[in-house]
Amino acid sequence: MEILVFVKRVPDTESKIRVNPETRSVVEDGLNFVISPFDEFAVEEALRLREAGTGKVTVLSVGPDETTVILKKCLAMGADEAVLIKDAGRETYDGLRTAKLIAAAVRKRFPQFDLLLFGKQSVGADNGQVPSMTAELLGLPQANVAVKLEIDGGRGVVRREIEGATEKVEFSLPAVVSAQKGLNEPRYETLKGIMAAKKKVIPVITPEELGLTNDDIAPRVEVVKIETPAARQAGKIIPGSPEEAAKALVGLLRNEAKVL
Amino acid sequence: MLLVFIETRDGKIKKSSFEALGEAARRAAELGAPVAAALVGPADAGLDAELFARGAARVFRLESPAFAAYSAQDYALALKTLADEVKPAAVFLSATAMGKDLAPRLAAKLDAAMASDCTKVAVEGGSLEFTRPIFAGKAFATLRLKSAPAIATLRPNVFAAAAPCGGTGETIVKAVAVPDGAVAGRVAEILKESGAEIDVGEAEVIISGGRGLKGPENFALLRELAALIPRAAVGASRSAVDSGWIGHSHQVGQTGKTVSPNLYVAVGISGAIQHLAGMSSSKVIVAVNKDPEAPIFKVADYGIVGDLFQVVPALKDELKKIFAE
Ligand SMILES: Cc1cc2nc3c(=O)[nH]c(=O)nc-3n(C[C@H](O)[C@H](O)[C@H](O)COP(=O)(O)OP(=O)(O)OC[C@H]3O[C@@H](n4cnc5c(N)ncnc54)[C@H](O)[C@@H]3O)c2cc1C
Ligand SMILES: Nc1ncnc2c1ncn2[C@@H]1O[C@H](COP(=O)(O)O)[C@@H](O)[C@H]1O
Repeated sequence: MEILVFVKRVPDTESKIRVNPETRSVVEDGLNFVISPFDEFAVEEALRLREAGTGKVTVLSVGPDETTVILKKCLAMGADEAVLIKDAGRETYDGLRTAKLIAAAVRKRFPQFDLLLFGKQSVGADNGQVPSMTAELLGLPQANVAVKLEIDGGRGVVRREIEGATEKVEFSLPAVVSAQKGLNEPRYETLKGIMAAKKKVIPVITPEELGLTNDDIAPRVEVVKIETPAARQAGKIIPGSPEEAAKALVGLLRNEAKVL
Repeated sequence: MLLVFIETRDGKIKKSSFEALGEAARRAAELGAPVAAALVGPADAGLDAELFARGAARVFRLESPAFAAYSAQDYALALKTLADEVKPAAVFLSATAMGKDLAPRLAAKLDAAMASDCTKVAVEGGSLEFTRPIFAGKAFATLRLKSAPAIATLRPNVFAAAAPCGGTGETIVKAVAVPDGAVAGRVAEILKESGAEIDVGEAEVIISGGRGLKGPENFALLRELAALIPRAAVGASRSAVDSGWIGHSHQVGQTGKTVSPNLYVAVGISGAIQHLAGMSSSKVIVAVNKDPEAPIFKVADYGIVGDLFQVVPALKDELKKIFAE
């Protein structure tokens, strides 16, 4: 089975976010960049599918040169190959732009595939757009927010989360699946994997090589402003015994905050 | 025109769809544009009146035998067929599981730009601006979408639904031709999680538990509290989820769900940055923690420093009293 996994380089979840109002963007200095957490589930799932059968796992990312760091991590986890689609631009919040780059790369360089795996959402942009958009651009079925994936021959079954229930989605391959927490427990890199990854060359593809013009990939999401919310103020600590405090709290919630 | 996708579950219109419709109606009034609602697939005839009463001037019913079970590709085709004809300035969907699955597919089909999970929509200089959390609420981005139509999903529980009035409107039925098996993939079955009636993403009140609960059995304490309050759900920190005490669909935070209920009660949760990111936009926050230095108190409107095993039962007794009234 040929599996392509798409991973994004993002600031880690510990990051305190600062904004530069002038450039209308998040200040990147001092941030630690990692593979987006949901994408790790996608990589893990691909490795497990390969281990259960045969085939190949190729990891791709659209991003700047520094993205090779997360691609090396994927190689160290056990991916067979990694490819960088070079895109120097900063975060655009335009999922369709990324999906167009990905779809062009798949068509040109990886026309033979069975499964495209994504994270359900990239941490930071929090868009949750690229998987469904890529599925549409490539004319594939989609199963998003998967907490369970089974592949049997040319068909797949995904359990996905909906409000208060899970949905069973059936589809034919090739298909797009995006991973939610719960799908699996990602493995750590091994020392042997890290050593092997060091030696691997990561090919770089440019948008021009994919036949995309600047017009094709011009962002169509305009950032008007980015702001951080006013910090919340610490409120009242309610004194007294547990019973007194509970009584006072319920009173305040009912009469002052009016939320009960 | 502003077009709103109306989601139904078990034959009823979802509350979040009324919210999206309400917001569309307010912004459309500013733009001087009409509002239309789109129902895809089989839906009770009575639903149209509910939509007219809450702001829709027109209801489009998009019909095909293929729409009986949800599939992103078929529903996107239905909405694209309609959008090509009526040329809306924007299509709103609510950011539910279905809306999040469908909207980006529709955007790609229409070659349209999209804003996800918006918490504010405004009209500036005659065009729409969408504000949405990034980094799970650590920051907010305001975006303009340079495409026609623009596609946006609206976060549930944020926008007000219009109060029902005696409005009337026009129903337009359209048959959509769905090519047979062009793309295969659809929902085969919906499995209900036992007990979990309301999702944290849709709840108006969330009672969340963390590692301070010490074990899975103690989530029963929180479930009992939630059961006393209308539209309340049980949430959890990642530590509680990773310990296997509760399913991951309950996780609140940067890699769980981002929530903005009217009331968020954090019980035995320290308030790590990833947790705060997911719940700081709640209207009122309450913390119960035995450690007065716990960071959760920095964001809580009301705090009780104490042992949750004493405080939660006392809260339960008080709630019983007021809801018995
Ligand atoms: C990539 C990544 C993503 C993450 N995403 C998330 C996320 O989405 N959501 C999330 O929540 N976390 C997330 N985390 C984890 C986060 O960093 C914290 O580890 C986690 O939130 C801590 O959970 P907790 O508050 O339940 O546990 P703890 O930090 O251990 O806090 C337990 C609290 O309970 C209190 N307590 C103990 N006993 C009692 C008692 N008897 N009565 C009252 N209080 C008591 C203690 O004082 C303490 O404050 C993420 C971490 C990483 C690395
Ligand atoms: N720049 C990128 N390069 C590769 N994959 C990406 C990129 N951006 C998004 N993705 C994939 O799409 C998923 C959803 O991202 P998003 O739509 O940005 O929330 C991510 O989890 C990745 O799997």
